[in-house]
Order: sequence, then structure tokens, then C-alpha cells
Amino acid sequence: MTSKCSIEIAVNEKHYEGLVEPRTSLADFLRDQLGLTGTHLGCEQGVCGSCTVLFNGETVRSCLLLAVQANGGRILTVEGLAAKANAGEPLHLIQQGFIETVGFQCGFCTPGFLMTAYELLNENSSPSEDDIRERMSGNLCRCTGYQNIVAAVLWAAARLRAQANR
Amino acid sequence: MKPAPFKYVAPRSLEEAAAVLQQSNLDGKILAGGQSLLPLLNLRLAKPKVLVDVNGISDLDTIRETPESISIGAITRQSKVEHSSLVHERCPVLAEAIRHIGHIAIRHRGTIGGSLVHADPAAELPALALALDAKFELTAKGMGRIVPAEKFFIDYMTTALASDEILLQIVFPVIRPSSGYALEKIARRHGDFAIAGVVAIVDLDHAGKIAQARIALFGVAPTPVRARGAERALVGRKPDDEVFRDAAALLEEVLDPSEDIRASRAYRKHVAAILTARALKRAVQLCETRRIS
Repeated sequence: MTSKCSIEIAVNEKHYEGLVEPRTSLADFLRDQLGLTGTHLGCEQGVCGSCTVLFNGETVRSCLLLAVQANGGRILTVEGLAAKANAGEPLHLIQQGFIETVGFQCGFCTPGFLMTAYELLNENSSPSEDDIRERMSGNLCRCTGYQNIVAAVLWAAARLRAQANR
Repeated sequence: MKPAPFKYVAPRSLEEAAAVLQQSNLDGKILAGGQSLLPLLNLRLAKPKVLVDVNGISDLDTIRETPESISIGAITRQSKVEHSSLVHERCPVLAEAIRHIGHIAIRHRGTIGGSLVHADPAAELPALALALDAKFELTAKGMGRIVPAEKFFIDYMTTALASDEILLQIVFPVIRPSSGYALEKIARRHGDFAIAGVVAIVDLDHAGKIAQARIALFGVAPTPVRARGAERALVGRKPDDEVFRDAAALLEEVLDPSEDIRASRAYRKHVAAILTARALKRAVQLCETRRIS
């Protein structure tokens, strides 16, 4: 009765096909079937934000979206973010910001923060500290106390702006 | 945890969805944005046999206006309504309420209908629907009906929607340009469900006295509640802090809060009164500003 469904999705601009049980979340599909373990599953109930990815250009909780619902869609994960780095750089400026300011400790929540920051900086290249705190309030970090996460996004925003003006 | 197995159906039309729902013998569940349902499935608090995904039914994704109301299709995303210029112009309190729902990633997927049908008593939209006297348009195989908000929220997370019915759209009466409104809420963090909250909508007459007040509270009873006694007590009064406090003192008759790790019963009652006085004050101020401009 719970026969598998075939899905086709573009993850990080690469085409994938797969067979999934309807109850498989997008997060589990990415991790278990595609081996993209950069997306982390924390609470599995939409609270912690660790599993945040972009679905058709918007942030979503990948624990609260069934893989079958993502059929035909475009996904961007943290692995795809690194692929958008400047030529010759291993990481995106947002990721570099987290390293520069020590915006993570254990790193479990970091992929979710990175994807949330990526969406924010696409919409607003000069966010204030308040804008960043408001946007990041849906992601939980149990290590850092958030100060350096905010600093990381400010660091990245400044460099992305400088790059755009060059 | 992971959900129990279910059959997944993604109908393309309302007729098909209604038929599938009826065939599932009361064991089917509608899946819209999934932001309330999927946590329940993941925690195995709900184990439907059939999930009817209505996201592909574009007839349910609409924002339409009439002279007196704004009708919003059940699967319209909260973020879409939050940023709709029509909503900002005609029913701005709706956009304000949505900004309090979860976080942006939740609002990207979460739907207006989903939040209302889930009917969490601490959620913003059910209280707003009650304050505005919104109407719910429902359909089942072969027939439809309209249920006013007052009759829609029956009990804790329980609505008038039958298990073979589908919510089509919600009709929100518009906020008149001369009306004032405010939403006040207290939660541990922005975006959390409310410990207590209130929506107030106020109209003043030409003499600056209160002509009409509508007050609905959330997080303080098994359902959202209208504070009719307080509303009546405000009519004809010249608004000031004392009048607001007197009205808030009449809330007792509708408050029946639960006690949990976030707050005691007494605390919820206490803040409900304070938030109500605060919301009334802000609504009246907005009324006065809108009247001058």
C-alpha cells in the first residue's frame, strides 16, 4: 500500500532520479540516498533549523517537506553553496565568514545557518545587526551564543558588497 | 522519529481530492504546507493511512477581493499573504499576524488554511479569524457549506471541518480605513507559539468615543476566544488607560488557560489582561492616526 514513488529533482544544479517511500523526508533523501550529508537533521519537527535548504529559491525545513513533494523542484544545499565560491576559493564567502569570526563550535547547526544567511544576503546586501538576528532567530545554536554568527554574516555581507562594487 | 507508512496521493482537482478523501474511510488527511502536520507525523502523534497532497490544486492558491472582504485560498502560502499589497491595503492586521508565525522558512511553506485547520489554540490566525468574524468555505464530495469563525473552532485543535471535508477558502472582512488594530503576544522567543496573545480591532465615533471593539485572545483557553463582555463594556466610552484596564478586568469569564512548562495558569491570565489593555491602547492610537491622515 505504500508503494514507492519515483522522483526527479535538481540538487545543486545536478539532476537526480530516485525511488522513495512517501514518508521519506527531503532531508533523509538528501542524506541517505544522495549521500549529501551536509544537511543536518536536529529535531525533525521544524524547530531547530539545522536542516534548512533552499527549495525553488526559498528556505525550507527539509525535515518538514516530503521528498515526493520536492519532485520536479530545485534544491540548494550547503554542498552547493561551496560550489558557488569564487574561483580558486574552496568555500563561499559566507562560509569563510563563519571561519574568520569563529561563528561555529561543534558545527552541527552551521549548514542551516549558512543557508539562511545565503537567502538573507541575496535579498538584502546590507542587513543591519537587527535584520540578521531577526532572520537567524529560526535557527538554534547551542554552542556559540550567536554573537559570532551575527559577526560572520556581517563579515560576509561587507565582502560580498565589496566584490559586487569591484 | 520518522512517520508511520502512509499512501500518498497528489490529486490535480478538488473533485479528485474530495473523492480520494471519501474513499479513505475517515483515515485520510489533507497535506498542505505540512508545517504542522509533518511534525505530528514525525512524532507519530498522527498516523493517517492516506495523505492527500493538495499543493497541486491551483484553485486553492488565490487572493481575491470583494468590496467588503478578502478571500484567501486555503493553500496560499503565509509568506505570499504576508507580502501581498492587497492584504496590506485592505486587511493589514492579517499581514501583521503572519509575521508572528514561526520563522521565514516556516512561512515559505506554511499555508493560511493549514494553520487555521490545525487550530492550535496558541496560534495567531485562528484568533484573528475569530476577531474579524471570518467565514470558512468548506466542500465535501457533492456539497459545500459556509461556517462562521465562531462555530469553526470547537475544542482543543478541533474544528468543524469533517474528515471528508476540504477547506476551500477563508473570507476575511476588510479592516475599514478608519479602524485601528493591534496584535500583542508574549512568547519566550520571537516566532514561538504564544504564552498568551490578543488581537484588538477598534472603531471610534465622531466624538472620539469607542463605537465598536473586537477582542480575540489566543493561548489562554482550549480554543481562541472572543471577549464579548469586554467588547460591550468599551462601547460608548472615551478611550483612556483606565477604560482599557476596566475592560481587561472583564476577561476572566473567557480565560481558561492550561499550565505547562512555559507558564502557569495564573501567569497566563495576568499577562492576557495586560496585553489586552496594551493592544486596545495601540489600536485606538492607530485609529486616531489613520483618522488624521
